[in-house]
Amino acid sequence: MGSILNNIIPVLIVAIVVMVIARSRRAPLWAEAYRRLGRNPLALLALAVILLYGAVAFLDSIGWQNSRASARSTIIDRIFERPPERTYSVPMATMTTGEPTPHKLIGWHLLGTDGVGDDVLYRTLKGCRTAFIIGGFTSLLVVPIALFFGLVAGYFGKWVDDGVQYTYTTLGSIPDILLIIALVLVLGKGLVNLCIALGITSWIGLCRLIRGETLKHRDREYVRAARALGAGSGRILLRHILPNLIPVVIITTTLGFSGLVLSEAILSYLGIGVPPDMGSWGNMIDAARLELARDPIIWWNLVSASGALFVLVLAFNLLGDALRDAIDPRLRSS
Amino acid sequence: MLWYIVRRLLYAVPILVGVSLLTFLIFYIAVSPQQLARRNLSAKNPTPQQIHEWLAEHGYDRPMPVQFAHHLEELFLLRFGKSDTQGAEPIWESIRQRWKPSFMLTSMIFVAELITAICFALVVAYFRGTYVDYWGTLLCVLLMSIVYMVYIIAGQYLFGKILKYFPLAGWGRGLEAWKFVLLPMLVGVIVSLGSSVRLYRTFMLDEINQDYVRTARAKGVSERAILFVHVLKNAAIPILTTSVQLIPALFLGNLLLEQFFDIPGLGNFLVDAIESQDFAVVRAMVFLGTLVTIVGYILTDISYALVDPRVRLE
Repeated sequence: MGSILNNIIPVLIVAIVVMVIARSRRAPLWAEAYRRLGRNPLALLALAVILLYGAVAFLDSIGWQNSRASARSTIIDRIFERPPERTYSVPMATMTTGEPTPHKLIGWHLLGTDGVGDDVLYRTLKGCRTAFIIGGFTSLLVVPIALFFGLVAGYFGKWVDDGVQYTYTTLGSIPDILLIIALVLVLGKGLVNLCIALGITSWIGLCRLIRGETLKHRDREYVRAARALGAGSGRILLRHILPNLIPVVIITTTLGFSGLVLSEAILSYLGIGVPPDMGSWGNMIDAARLELARDPIIWWNLVSASGALFVLVLAFNLLGDALRDAIDPRLRSS
Repeated sequence: MLWYIVRRLLYAVPILVGVSLLTFLIFYIAVSPQQLARRNLSAKNPTPQQIHEWLAEHGYDRPMPVQFAHHLEELFLLRFGKSDTQGAEPIWESIRQRWKPSFMLTSMIFVAELITAICFALVVAYFRGTYVDYWGTLLCVLLMSIVYMVYIIAGQYLFGKILKYFPLAGWGRGLEAWKFVLLPMLVGVIVSLGSSVRLYRTFMLDEINQDYVRTARAKGVSERAILFVHVLKNAAIPILTTSVQLIPALFLGNLLLEQFFDIPGLGNFLVDAIESQDFAVVRAMVFLGTLVTIVGYILTDISYALVDPRVRLE
């Protein structure tokens, strides 16, 4: 039962994403944004890269058991199913490295193998799913919270605003990294707890932004017109102001995604990130750190993990910038 | 002026109270002292007696209000008490021994990074709209996308191992320390250069479109003088704000740099505390970090009033 659920959730997520994109294409405001995005080759390349990573993460989420006793293995696991090699081997080599007498390799490894003989490409691909869960799940936590408090604080002002501002100023005056360390130590290590800790520290920026935007919109004519027509606060906030804030949310979330992926790597490196048995680029970099001192030098672990991380983060940064230019001409960097 | 400073200091009090409430919630409520004792007593099945003794020794057995009072005392008077795991040595003593390298490294990175980023941003802003600007901004995005550890490992490998300009890691006493601090400093500056240059560039471009720039241009001031005198002065205010807001991010840098370069500072102390799950030390470091951040914000506000006559003191 749990196994089926594990497969349904990623399928559902992909279905929802596809549906949202397909629906938004029809709206006139967004059609223009898509057209602008389509004319930007760098943005399209970034989008393609993100889709590729997303596909790997998706394939790594779909899995089943061969028999009752065996562990659940995903499609990615199955593609790379081979007996492990003896130890390190250089990318695309035929013999192992770092042994007194090199042995012949069983298979062919594009990015070589690591100390216990695992394929490095396989381990790098395993990091995709973790990165997407960290970025996606945390954003899913952050966006509603930031939207709610930002809208309410900006719209109602007075003591509500004071309360929200006080909350995020207090939280914000604890350095992020220290708060995350404290939360993870107290909650215990694990993927969900890490997302919660990252969420608690990263909603502040978005909330501050939304509060400011709401403050600007509150006294615009269209809001006053809606109020004059007898619309209640809830209706004004949700139907009139919120749609105008969506561009800001999308841009900030896209750029924030890359920050979250980077944080995951750093926190895993510090030993408070994802558990070691989960694929993680941070854990890989941590393990690869001492390998540079070996002779012959083992560089492929480090290069693969940090390369994979770099390309994904870069793609999100570029896409975020392109989105900013496409969605909101006012925010365009001159 | 004095009244302004006093008022600004008073604003910090509710924040400090909030922080102390929050940390109390995290460290005393979210995890029970019983669990703490179990984690720290190395025996597999500690007897209730042992747990009780551990609790009493570290002050976790008192009633909640007393503990909260103690917690406030820790925060406001900086009485951190004893470490949870390392027994004898008071935390304050460890902090006293270790703050200097951290302070030296962080302040040097802060100043060097500010100067370098402003210089690069001026260059990029001077060539705005040209290929220099386009490729410069793209390079900034590339730099922003590389994870911190890779900078450190690459820097250590290139400058320490291949070129042998700097020692790989370590620390010296007094003036000896300078040669150990250069490489971490270099890495720390490069890490945040991308995002800073990009940000400062937009601040400068915001100013370039202002009326006073047009006036200066109309009066025949050279483009270079406009940028380096008029624009730089006005862009200094947002630059000041964001650079102070980045101080919390420097803590992270310290954590990683000190660990990689084996510097006996507070960052290393904290990493050890994380590994041994030493809550008392983590708590102390959270307080200390928060205090430094709040003091940073207060200093910025005061320096605003000094730099910008438009900021009213009332």
